[in-house]
Amino acid sequence: MTAAPHTTHVAGSSFTRWIRPRPGHWIRPLAFMAPALAGLALFVVYPLLALVYYSFTRYDLLNTPVWVGLRNYVFLLWGDPLARKAAYNTVWLVVVITVLRLVFATGVAAVLVRVRNGAGLFRTLIYLPALAPPVAATLAFTFLFNPGTGPVNTVLSWFGVSGPLWFSDPAWAKPALTLLTLWASGELIIIIMAGMLDVPGELYEAASLDGAGSVRRFWHITLPAIAPVLVFGVINSIILGLQYFTQAVVAASVASGSADIAGSRRVIGYPDNSTLTFPVWLYQQGFHYYNMGYASAMSIALFVVSTVFTVFFVHRLRRASHAEEMA
Amino acid sequence: MATLTTATDLAPGSTPRRGPARRRSNRRGLMRWIAVHSIALAIGLMFVLPLVFVALTAFMSDRQALTADLWPRSWHPANFAEVFRTAPLLKYLGNSMMYSLLATAGMLLSSVPAAYALARMRWRGRQTVFLVVIAAMMIPPQVLSVPLYILWARLHLTGTLWPLILPYFLLDAFSIFLLRQFFLTVPQSYLDAARVDGCGDLRTLLRVLLPMTRPGIAAISLFCFMYTWNDYFGPLLYAGENPDEWTLSLALASFRGAHQVQWNLTMAATVVVMLPVILLFVLAQKSFVRGITFTGVKG
Repeated sequence: MTAAPHTTHVAGSSFTRWIRPRPGHWIRPLAFMAPALAGLALFVVYPLLALVYYSFTRYDLLNTPVWVGLRNYVFLLWGDPLARKAAYNTVWLVVVITVLRLVFATGVAAVLVRVRNGAGLFRTLIYLPALAPPVAATLAFTFLFNPGTGPVNTVLSWFGVSGPLWFSDPAWAKPALTLLTLWASGELIIIIMAGMLDVPGELYEAASLDGAGSVRRFWHITLPAIAPVLVFGVINSIILGLQYFTQAVVAASVASGSADIAGSRRVIGYPDNSTLTFPVWLYQQGFHYYNMGYASAMSIALFVVSTVFTVFFVHRLRRASHAEEMA
Repeated sequence: MATLTTATDLAPGSTPRRGPARRRSNRRGLMRWIAVHSIALAIGLMFVLPLVFVALTAFMSDRQALTADLWPRSWHPANFAEVFRTAPLLKYLGNSMMYSLLATAGMLLSSVPAAYALARMRWRGRQTVFLVVIAAMMIPPQVLSVPLYILWARLHLTGTLWPLILPYFLLDAFSIFLLRQFFLTVPQSYLDAARVDGCGDLRTLLRVLLPMTRPGIAAISLFCFMYTWNDYFGPLLYAGENPDEWTLSLALASFRGAHQVQWNLTMAATVVVMLPVILLFVLAQKSFVRGITFTGVKG
């Protein structure tokens, strides 16, 4: 399952350059792009502009929006202790998930890439959890990690370890969510494996002849060679962490025992707001309390942070495509 | 975690490579084989055991599900019938199907021409539009939820799944991005040949590019289907208050509320929701893997 080699000649052959440009040559691209351009205008550009406007208003969906200036932002930055708590939880998840996901996925990939027999089976096993619907996976984990009868604490007790309360302990809820995320990181593992398989074998042989041990070969050849894939993994994990929502909502509701997740008796943040992520609090403000203006200000904050990483990603992509066109 | 450090110690040549320089004594090769495969086995178990425990619990009796037992003393497949009896799962299944199938169909209609224009046509502003598509792809879904919800509320479509389905007929940034990558792999000479034979852009796309990138089309369709099938935030936002429109994921999240202490029924429902996805994967594993490697290696 090596990734296909990509020899792309976007710049076109001499033939296409010869018949172009001709007058009105933008009409065809426009016809092909029309739905997408309309979609970008309607579902990306318009909502972003509207978002900026709403963030300066007080709006409850029923009455007309009232202009309040910067009040939503002031409240977000200085007045709302739960927003601070939510931002802390999200940053915690972003950092821990990104670091552990990368280390874990690289480690697992380094093993699986050496498997000679049954490689397909192993790949299936590690990828299956990544496909499971997040709601189902979270329910599974709240059962596995339930402190009373859960298999995890049962197995731990065989070794004389009394397991923590996991999803019911403010100190252990986020680590439990992290384990859930690692369990579902099969996609990243497969991407990294593909990157490792693309490393030319001669590099390893040359290094062996020079007397480099396996650790040094991994550190000086494998890692630099798969660096682009790892960068992708970092950005992918950061975006994943920034929008962490479903698992936090479901785990909190189920562990608190009063779960009516779709309806209005929803419990969020349980235990003790330790799973209250920024998107969860945004959702609660907007669609439970109907503070649309305040939720918009929170959205802008989330947008600004995620845009920083997007710009980084786009920059890298651009460099890659430039290099490609040179080749 | 200890297993990970040993993994890096395990000697070199990651891929099955032969040649006199790399040939080792049989004994050492065997030791390595055993080490690699036992670590891999442990990792595989780590990934699959949670699913096994879930499935085993789904077959337990009500009473045994409350104990710390791992293996069912007696098997109760009736739990699954009970799940279907207590919740209108078929209705939710229908809603999920409608959402996923219509979204995937809409995605194909809108993404194929857009990806073609971005990959294979030369026009001013192409690079800029492509960057905007990528930026759109990276926006967390919660960011635009407020203005979009207000928009759909004005159109009286909240309370249904249409606010989630309709946009796919215009734009799915991720699919456009991925499909463009697939279109770029087709050598230009094929397109030139088609042009010499008198094919216009539309014919080139339909007769040359699409047949050559069938695996890519399969991959983005699977991704779109899976994403919408697994989506929780979207259905919660627009259909959360209207149980008639619930998808399987949404219904599963609420299932536990009605079955407070019955882990066996909750796990049976979990299995029911996971099963279609697992079947789909088993049937189309190749397409999945090809698609994922593409997102990362080129992304």
